[in-house]
Amino acid sequence: MGQILLQVEDLHTQFFTSRGVVRAVDGVSLHIDAGETLGVVGESGCGKTITALSVLRLVPEPGRITSGKILFRGRDVTKMDDDEIRDFRGNDVAMIFQDPMTSLNPVTKIGFQIEEAMTAHKRFSAGLAKGRVVELLKRVRVPAAETRVKDYPHQFSGGMRQRAMIAMGLANEPALLIADEPTTALDVTVQAQIIQLMKQLNRELGTAMMLITHNMALVASLCQRVVVMYAGRVVEEGPVEQIFDSPQHPYTWSLLRSVPRVDEARKDRLVSIRGLPPDLVNSPAGCKFHPRCPFVVDRCKVEEPPLAEVAPDQVARCWVLMRNARQEDVDAAKTSALSVEAAQTLKAQAKVGGVAGS
Amino acid sequence: MRRGALPFLAWIPRGRGTTLAVFIIRRLLWMIPVLFFVIVITFVLMHLAPGGPWDREGKQLTPQVINNLNIKYGLDKPLPQQFLTYIWGVVHFDFGDSLRSPGQHVSQRVLESWPYTFTLGAVTFLLLVPLGIGLGVVAALRQNSVADYAALGLATAAASTPNFVIGIFLIIFLALGMNRLTGGTFYLPTGGMPQPFNPFQVELIMPVITLGALPTAYIARLTRSSTLDTLRQDFVRTAWAKGLKARLVVMRHVLKNSLIPVVTALGPTFAFLVTGSFIVETLFSIPGIGRSFVTSISGRDYTMILGTTILFAVLIAVVNLIVDVLYVFIDPRVRLSD
Repeated sequence: MGQILLQVEDLHTQFFTSRGVVRAVDGVSLHIDAGETLGVVGESGCGKTITALSVLRLVPEPGRITSGKILFRGRDVTKMDDDEIRDFRGNDVAMIFQDPMTSLNPVTKIGFQIEEAMTAHKRFSAGLAKGRVVELLKRVRVPAAETRVKDYPHQFSGGMRQRAMIAMGLANEPALLIADEPTTALDVTVQAQIIQLMKQLNRELGTAMMLITHNMALVASLCQRVVVMYAGRVVEEGPVEQIFDSPQHPYTWSLLRSVPRVDEARKDRLVSIRGLPPDLVNSPAGCKFHPRCPFVVDRCKVEEPPLAEVAPDQVARCWVLMRNARQEDVDAAKTSALSVEAAQTLKAQAKVGGVAGS
Repeated sequence: MRRGALPFLAWIPRGRGTTLAVFIIRRLLWMIPVLFFVIVITFVLMHLAPGGPWDREGKQLTPQVINNLNIKYGLDKPLPQQFLTYIWGVVHFDFGDSLRSPGQHVSQRVLESWPYTFTLGAVTFLLLVPLGIGLGVVAALRQNSVADYAALGLATAAASTPNFVIGIFLIIFLALGMNRLTGGTFYLPTGGMPQPFNPFQVELIMPVITLGALPTAYIARLTRSSTLDTLRQDFVRTAWAKGLKARLVVMRHVLKNSLIPVVTALGPTFAFLVTGSFIVETLFSIPGIGRSFVTSISGRDYTMILGTTILFAVLIAVVNLIVDVLYVFIDPRVRLSD
C-alpha cells in the first residue's frame, strides 16, 4: 500500500527480574503502512502487548527496550527526549487498552478525560477541544452524547466505555491507533458492535491500525495483513487471506485450527495446542515452538530457522513448513488434539444426553 | 432507610441538595440511640469496677461522712434509679456535679480543660496532614530511592518509638541540652500552660511533635501504599498514553484517586488527636482533658467519666459524619441512599 508509517526493526524489550532476564520481545521487526490495518496475533504472553507498549515507550518497570529501532515517519522513538515522547503519545500514535472497566479514571468525567487528550497537545485549541468532545462521542455512536459527557465512567456500560476509549484515541486524529485486545473484556454482542465501529472508523478516517488480539475471527474481519508472534518472535507474516488459506508455520496452522467453525461440517476435531508457551527466561534451544510442534524434525531442536520468504509477501520461521508436512502427520495432529480417553468420554456423554455425536 | 420511614420529612422536595440535607439530619438523629448505648455501657462498666469516689489513700473518711455524701449525690438510690436520673439530666444538658471537685459542674470542668487539648490536637492535625501526605506521595513517586527510604525510615522510627520516649528525649535535647549549650538564652520550655486557641506559641512545639509523630507516620505510610497502588492502575497508563505532562498525570489521575482512603483515615485521626493524650499532657504539664479523663477514672468520679465519654462519643460521631459527607464530593461513585 502507501508509504511506511511505522517501522520496528529488531526490537528487543527485556524485563530484569530477580528470576533472570525475561526476553519478552526478542528481535521483532514489523511495519505498518499509512491507512493499513495490521493484526498481531499469538497466545497470551507471547510479547504482543509489550511490542505495542514499546512503540509508545510505556513498558512497565522493570522492563526496558534494550536494542532495536522504532521508526515513526523516519524519527526513532527510542531516541526521543521526554518532551518529544510526551508529544508523540496520543498525538501521532494513540493506544486503546484491553479492559475499558479499569482504563478510565473513575473520579473524572468522561468528557473531561477526552478533552484532556486534546489539550495535552497543540493540535486543537482549548476552546475547540471542548466542542469536539461531543462530536467525537457522536462519531463513536454514544447515544445522547451531549448529556453523557458529564457522566462518570461508572455510569457507562462496558461497551460504552470502550467507545469512549476509542473516542479518546481518535481525539487528535493520530496516524496510527494501537488497539490492544479491544473486545476481549466485552460481551459477544457488544464485541460485534465495537468491531463494526472500528471498521467504519478505519474507512472514514483512514487511520492506520495495529490490532493486537488472539481472536482469529477479529483478524479476518478487520485486517489486511497479519503478524503471528510466538515467544517474543515473529514466526509468520503475510496478507490475511493468504495466511488463512495456506498458513506455513505449524503454530499459525494450529492457531487457525483451534478456532471453532460453524460453517464447516464437523469432520475435523477442534485442535488445542498441546503444552504451554515457553518460559521466556530459559527458552528452548533451536525453534522456540519445537517442544509443542507436531511436525518437529531433528534440526528444529538445535538450530533456529530464519524468517524466510515462503510465498510472495509471506514469510515464515520454520524448517518444515506446512506444505512439506506429511499428510499422515497432519491427520495425526488433527486427531491427537484430544486424547483417546477424553474423546470417548465426550462421546459417551453425548450419547447419554441423546445428542447426536460426530 | 427509605424516606417513607421518616414521614415527618415527606414535605422536603427531592433533589441532590435535599438528599444531602436529609442524609445529615438522619445521621444526626441516629446519634441519639448511639449516645444512649454509650451511656448504658459506660454506666454499667463504671459501677462494676471496684471502689468508689469516696475511697482515699491513707486516712479513710468516716462511714457517717460517706453516708452523707452518698445521700447528697444520690448514690444511695438503687442503680436503675440513678441511671434514669442521670439520663433525665443529660436530656436537659445537665451533666451533674463532679464528685471529686466539690461544687463544680462537669460541663464547667470539661469546658475548662478541653480548649487546651483541642488547641494542641488541632495544631498537630493541621501540621500532620500536609507533612504525612507529602512524605507519602514523595516516597511513592520516588519508590526505592533515597527519598523513599528516608521517608519510610523516619515513619517506621516515629511509629515504633513510644511517645513518652520521644517526649523525654525532646525535653533532654531541646530544653535542657539547649539551655546549657546556649547559656540559657535559647531553649524550649518543658511545659507550662499554653493559651487556648492560639496556634502560634512556643509551648506547643514539643507536645505537637510528641503527639503527632505516630499519626504522621501512619498517614505517610497509608498515602505511600495507596499512591503506589494507584500508580499501577490501568487508567494511569491511559493518562500517560494520552501524552499528558507528568505533573498532570500525578495531580489529576494518581492523587485524586489515591487520597480517597487517606481522607477516610483522617477522620478518626482528628478525633484521636483532639481527645487528648494522658502521657503528652502529663509530660508537658498541660491541663487538658486527656489527663483529667484518666484522673477521673482512677478517682471513680462517676459524673466526670460519663460527661467526658459523652463528649468523645459526640466528637467521633460528628467527625465520621463529616468524612461521609466529604466522600460524596470527592468520590462520584458514592451515592447517598435515600
